[in-house]
Amino acid sequence: MSATDLPLPVTRSGIELVPPLEEGQTQTGKDFTSDQEVRWCPGCGDYAVLKAVQGFLPDLGLRRENIVFVSGIGCSSRFPYYLETYGMHSIHGRAPSIATGIATSREDLSVWVVTGDGDALSIGGNHLIHALRRNVNLTILLFNNRIYGLTKGQYSPTSETGKITKSTPMGSLDHPFNPVSLALGAEGTFVARTIDSDRRHLTSVLSAAAAHRGTSLVEIYQNCPIFNDGAFDAVKSPATRDEAIIGLEHGQPIRFGTDGFRGLVRDPATGGVKIVDVGDGPGQVSPDALLVHDAHNPDPTTAFAISRLTDAGRLHQAPIGIFRQVSRPTYDDLARDQIAHAAAAVSGSKTERLAALIGGGDTWTVA
Amino acid sequence: MSKQIKRLDRVIIRFAGDSGDGMQLTGDRFTQESATFGNDLSTLPNFPAEIRAPQGTLPGVSSFQVHFADHDILTPGDAPDVLVAMNPAALRANLGDLPRGATIVVDTHDFTTRNLTKAGYAANPLEDETLSEYAVHALDLTGMTVEAVKEFGLSRKDSARAKNMFALGLLSWLYGRPIESTVTFLQKRFAKVPDLRDANITAFKAGWNFGETTETFVVSYEVKPAPMPTGTYRNITGNLALAYGLIAGSVQSGLRLFLGSYPITPASDILHELSKHKAFGVTTFQAEDEIAGIGAAIGASFSGSLGVTSTSGPGIALKSESIGLAVMTELPLLVIDVQRGGPSTGLPTKTEQADLLQAMFGRNGEAPVPIVAPRSPGDCFDTALEAVRIAVTYRTPVMLLSDGYLANGSEPWRVPELSELPEIDPAFAKEPNHGVVSLRDGSTDARSTNGRGAADGSSANGRGAADGSSANGRGATAEKREFWPYLRDEQTLARPWAIPGTPGLEHRIGGLEKGDGHGNISYDPANHDFMVRTRAAKVERIAESLPPLDVDDPEGLAKVLVLGWGSTYGPIGAGVRRVRRAGYHVAQVHLRHLNPFPRDLGEILKRYDKVLIPEMNLGQLAMLVRARYLVDAVGYNHVRGLPLKAAELAEAIGNLVADAEGIDVDLTGDPDTVNATTGRNES
Repeated sequence: MSATDLPLPVTRSGIELVPPLEEGQTQTGKDFTSDQEVRWCPGCGDYAVLKAVQGFLPDLGLRRENIVFVSGIGCSSRFPYYLETYGMHSIHGRAPSIATGIATSREDLSVWVVTGDGDALSIGGNHLIHALRRNVNLTILLFNNRIYGLTKGQYSPTSETGKITKSTPMGSLDHPFNPVSLALGAEGTFVARTIDSDRRHLTSVLSAAAAHRGTSLVEIYQNCPIFNDGAFDAVKSPATRDEAIIGLEHGQPIRFGTDGFRGLVRDPATGGVKIVDVGDGPGQVSPDALLVHDAHNPDPTTAFAISRLTDAGRLHQAPIGIFRQVSRPTYDDLARDQIAHAAAAVSGSKTERLAALIGGGDTWTVA
Repeated sequence: MSKQIKRLDRVIIRFAGDSGDGMQLTGDRFTQESATFGNDLSTLPNFPAEIRAPQGTLPGVSSFQVHFADHDILTPGDAPDVLVAMNPAALRANLGDLPRGATIVVDTHDFTTRNLTKAGYAANPLEDETLSEYAVHALDLTGMTVEAVKEFGLSRKDSARAKNMFALGLLSWLYGRPIESTVTFLQKRFAKVPDLRDANITAFKAGWNFGETTETFVVSYEVKPAPMPTGTYRNITGNLALAYGLIAGSVQSGLRLFLGSYPITPASDILHELSKHKAFGVTTFQAEDEIAGIGAAIGASFSGSLGVTSTSGPGIALKSESIGLAVMTELPLLVIDVQRGGPSTGLPTKTEQADLLQAMFGRNGEAPVPIVAPRSPGDCFDTALEAVRIAVTYRTPVMLLSDGYLANGSEPWRVPELSELPEIDPAFAKEPNHGVVSLRDGSTDARSTNGRGAADGSSANGRGAADGSSANGRGATAEKREFWPYLRDEQTLARPWAIPGTPGLEHRIGGLEKGDGHGNISYDPANHDFMVRTRAAKVERIAESLPPLDVDDPEGLAKVLVLGWGSTYGPIGAGVRRVRRAGYHVAQVHLRHLNPFPRDLGEILKRYDKVLIPEMNLGQLAMLVRARYLVDAVGYNHVRGLPLKAAELAEAIGNLVADAEGIDVDLTGDPDTVNATTGRNES
């Protein structure tokens, strides 16, 4: 089999082909709020994300009817019912494949996937990595609460090893996935992490994700107050968050901790990155020597190394922000280009060409 | 030297060799020559699941059977009149299927001790009594091929590989086939490799000339063209006809075709073919798995394309949950199952029709899906169009059951005029369909514009639904228009198809139970009962759009009815003809629609004393018919991975006729059942 060079479409925004509002039209969060009663548990982190999304969607300036939300199964997957857009609450794990069909057949739609740690990483793991690999123009919101909520409290593929749950009375045995590492391993072109309760950060990441053309994966740390309360306290509590959050900003040295006392440098011993104390003292590293975050680096190696600083066990520390944001042609654009090229190379109406097609080959006539 | 020409009414040839010997190509070319000549024909490719099984072994044998005739025929034939065997394994693997007196053309070149042992022969069958009951032409086809092409300076291996073309040339001479199309074909196929092109053409012509000049063959045969209705014809396989039918469905409906598929034998050729037709706006998505294939197709349907997924039985098992989603969301979708031997991986390259009950019931909950099945390779085109019509009109997934025999087998197909094809109207929803009326007392009431289609009245007890009549007599002040995604068309019970990008019709659908009309999530017991019955009633409504069944009972005297579906049409028809030629009465009905059954089926079944249902399974249609109509249908069942045999079927039908009419049935009056060998029907 031979390969062919595919034409590379020019870089464009994730929503470039989606029709905008007409001049002078405005929208508010209310325009995106459906008449359905929201039915999550009191205190669920999903409420905050829903509010943030409803508040953010008007900023896109898109026609509401050209936005589609697709979800799988789980608490967070009820999301589409609460948004006044087109939507499908599909089946467990399959939302990325359904969204792939939508995005590939319609360039004029802004397509969103809402999924959870069980939906995306367990039953739907295959579809997630393949969506990332193909780089279909989708934005995937992965609500990670590190537990199964809708089935009432079993451990999930992101739960820490040893987790005691209804199905694991002696502690879970599985090693957890790190969703960001997984997405980077699948060569996702936009990979980010944010927190349900930090509306400003969440909104800024969503905005960048929507603008990205290709598959954007946004992991949202989301608290489940019923079955896994406090799982993300370290990154949420004012007392600990400065030490716990390794903030990532493109072009900035990676520095965190109380008064910016900590930072990241490359670690020649492991090939990865390590946390160092910042300063002039012995054993400390000068601010100039810190690793500068480059989300646009085509090589995902450093982003992966940074993602490994996330605790696999109980969370004390995690990088937050946009790990990777690179440009690569999207599957759906390329698929449409092939169709456009093929259509440009033929003449005649579809009806005429259909007659020629079925009447082609070796034919004979019986008079 | 003048040679004698004998006329035959039909011949069955089987080309057999190693899987690397090019037997499928050889058979296909012979078929094309016969098609161009105007014979009616039917073919049966038969090959191993392995790409290259060990050379010279029995599992590595690949064969291609072609039946051609001067009259209308229905099957590739039970037993070959002529076997072309390219090595000892091919001889051994196929000898058991040959009737006494059959002709064997055998390439002696590979009859070495080593290859004989590989094939399981202790002694050379060409030198003992093994073949004494056959007319054997033992020839060094390979040696003659190598000699014929030596001028091109090819390696010995490349030279020897043209032996299939030598064999084809010889058989083409023997049966008076026109050779121009094969020469043209070889010129195109090897256009970039002149040496191979010339060698293959030379070998092909050398084979022809060998037949013409040598004294080995004193007789050649003639099979006249078959009378056929006027029109333009081509030879077509089921998978190709199916792919064309899907493109035609796309053109006729104005919907873009989206195929989400994962490669699987014997369905992959549909994916391959459609991927060539992007100029028709066709998108082919090779998914990461079967589930993603149907998922993407559902997404495409939701966005207003014609979503299709193609697979074989194991793939259907994986897609079941997604088919249920399409049932619940009531989206148009085509699910194509090219059935193969099962269960599990089963017999990937062999045919079977054992997925009927899987298609009918293989989902959780009450999840009715319309089912259609083509009867012949060419019929795959019309059946695909019919599946599109049902899916789009009734907003439902439709299962199309083809099988391995239809997929790879071929027959002459009259190319339809486009004016013969149905128009299919997607009728997308454009506007809100429901009014909410604000009343003076501050409450609201609801009013549907297009009415709501009720399911069978008996089942509608207690449903909590909007009903416009209650608004009468109260003073309405204002009306707000809404879109209700589950308001139904009264005639078809189909729901509106509103696609993203349509302003004002934003709505959410999904796998949870829908409230009647408004389509919001509903756990109400009465609503669920109503919706389950309504989805069933919608599928049942399809029967109202079906034409009456064609009952083939020429004199109306039959007491026995043979009922079939799918690819058994050919063998059943051939079996029925044999019984009739022997002087007995039998009726035949063949179903294209398996769910819902045509409305007149029950009444037809009751007209006959006995009903025989031949199937390549253990009685799946029989089970459905018995359950639905309380008819004591009798099964005739084989699961050998091969089409049913007409002669055996004729016997089964004959036995039932004897039973039903209280007479002795003797089928030997039919010449075809005596001994099907070359020359038996000389006239």
